[in-house]
Amino acid sequence: MGEMILEARNITKYFHDPVEVKVLSEIGLKINKGEFATITGKSGCGKSTLLYILSTMDTDYNGELFIDGEPMKGKGEAELARVRNGKIGFVFQFHYLLNEFSVLDNVMLPGLKLNQYPPKEIAQRAMRKLDMLGIGQLAQRKASQLSGGEKQRVAIARAMINDPCIIMGDEPTGNLDKNNGEIVFNLFRRLADEFQQTLLIVTHDQNLPPVQTVLFRWKMGKLWIVARSCNNMPQIFIRKYFGNQFPFLTQH
Amino acid sequence: MKLAIRIARSLLQARWRQTLVATTGVTFSVGMFVALLGFMEGLNQMLDALFLNRTPHIRLYNELKPAAVQPVMMMPAYRAGHHFIHSVKTKDSRTEIRNSTAILEALRKDGRVAGIAPKVTMEVFFNEGPSDIAASVNGIDFLREDALFHFSDYVQSGDASSLDKVPNSIILGKALAERLLTNVGERVQLTTPQGAQFNLKVVALWQSGIQDFDRIQSFTSLATARKLSGKTGNYITDIQIRLKNIDDAPAFAKTYSHLFGTSAQDVQTLSAEFETGSFIRSLISYVVGITLLTVSGFGIYNILNMMIYEKMDTIAILKATGFSGKDVSRIFIIMALSIGAFGGLAGLLLGVLLSAGIDQVPFRTTSLPTISTYPVSYAPFIYIIGGVFSLLFTWLAGWLPSRKAGTIDPVIIIRGK
Repeated sequence: MGEMILEARNITKYFHDPVEVKVLSEIGLKINKGEFATITGKSGCGKSTLLYILSTMDTDYNGELFIDGEPMKGKGEAELARVRNGKIGFVFQFHYLLNEFSVLDNVMLPGLKLNQYPPKEIAQRAMRKLDMLGIGQLAQRKASQLSGGEKQRVAIARAMINDPCIIMGDEPTGNLDKNNGEIVFNLFRRLADEFQQTLLIVTHDQNLPPVQTVLFRWKMGKLWIVARSCNNMPQIFIRKYFGNQFPFLTQH
Repeated sequence: MKLAIRIARSLLQARWRQTLVATTGVTFSVGMFVALLGFMEGLNQMLDALFLNRTPHIRLYNELKPAAVQPVMMMPAYRAGHHFIHSVKTKDSRTEIRNSTAILEALRKDGRVAGIAPKVTMEVFFNEGPSDIAASVNGIDFLREDALFHFSDYVQSGDASSLDKVPNSIILGKALAERLLTNVGERVQLTTPQGAQFNLKVVALWQSGIQDFDRIQSFTSLATARKLSGKTGNYITDIQIRLKNIDDAPAFAKTYSHLFGTSAQDVQTLSAEFETGSFIRSLISYVVGITLLTVSGFGIYNILNMMIYEKMDTIAILKATGFSGKDVSRIFIIMALSIGAFGGLAGLLLGVLLSAGIDQVPFRTTSLPTISTYPVSYAPFIYIIGGVFSLLFTWLAGWLPSRKAGTIDPVIIIRGK
């Protein structure tokens, strides 16, 4: 696990409106290639805020951020957009598909934007991703005609289209029922196991897979807590799993 | 770019009803703009034509005026002094253009001149019973006069070309003919200032639309006019010049006046107030047209603004997946411009139809014999302005909303859910 994909040093963030509040205090974090990390913590502890900073969408913070070895501080809005386009895949709580487009188009859009392959090839790649996630048959449907679980899987396919360095999820299972939530979470695990996809997922879902808690306890010894809480702020936990070594997987 | 166009199209199609309303707004205002401007321009051209069609760009003539250099100035003995001369009078009463054959030849060779028509003007008295009616006789070269000044357009009855074929023939102004109680085919008698009496056959009646003009004008061939004035073969009092570019007239008038030693009058000096009127009329129609476009521009602005509020999620997701603010702005600008382009195109078509409609409405007036329907101009520049403005205004209308879309912070929207 040598290659560093994401590194944050001393991230501090304030909210200015209506009064100045320190939300994040000197958070450091390293994620290597192929790692599956989650950010958990109580509601309001700032986990989403941290994710927005790590994903380059929020630029109003102190500290340093490196993605794929490149410093993000000082980059312009357009450059950051290019980084998000090529190196980061996104899955949101509320799926955020474009309802005006078909499923296939939704998956293809970031690929077309990156413009690394001709459109035909992007379409083929998008189909492969959809097939892999078991929703290939939905490709021509409108995004608005899908169920919540299906939408979230399309969003994962879209996040993967440019083979990003890292996929980030903002409570991707938060809006799904237990069953669908498990399907989605298992997908993430599969990505980490089979494709060595780096993942960083924010979740507050305590009852999510029992697997997760078990894994968490089991990995307690290797737990990576780099977050420091500010005064009277709930703690942020950043945990990493190395799924392929979990004996519990087969049991579940 | 292609991707931006594709996204813009999908967004427009998803809200096709709104898109249609916005496009119809542009179509309607561009159509009205084109029709209005075409109508105004047509009326303007008609009014201009009333005057300009039969007015030479430059008229060369010999004005009777006192000599600029008086004999006393040429005396070497008095050259140093200042001359006071009282009661200077004109000496020479000849209105003939001297050396006219050479001048005509020189003008014919001048590439900037579109055409020339020589003319002999004189005053006569028409005898109607015991009363004498003063009027002008214009000796004209019918073919050239017709080519340059659309002479036959103003001929009401009779055949103007018989002027050259029938000896001792005359064309009377319609009002003049009424005063003389004559008609085509009858004869009139006139007396020249020299006292000679002539009997001429009326071959046609002429009407300019300006009553005062029609009461005192008549036309004969050059030869007849020379006969009336008792002059020889190349006697000419006026040379009418039509230039290829009317704007050159003032400058050329000066040159010709100097070169040929005659007086020269250009159309701009003659009709300064006429130009002003024409300019004001155009200005009014442009202002009204642009107001129409501005109103539809606000319509587009509103609709795009609303679309942006509706599409906040879409904008946020586009930005999160790697579209920069500039890309997003471009998508909205493309939406605005395609509304402008399609609306504008349909508007130009609507404009043609409206113009064709106006063109069919009957419009008869005694002063404008050649016109039977309302005049409409189909000049390309009206359509070009309509097209360009429809794009320009939709671009302006889309500019602010698209900038707003570009600066939307995706975090705020995603967090707000």
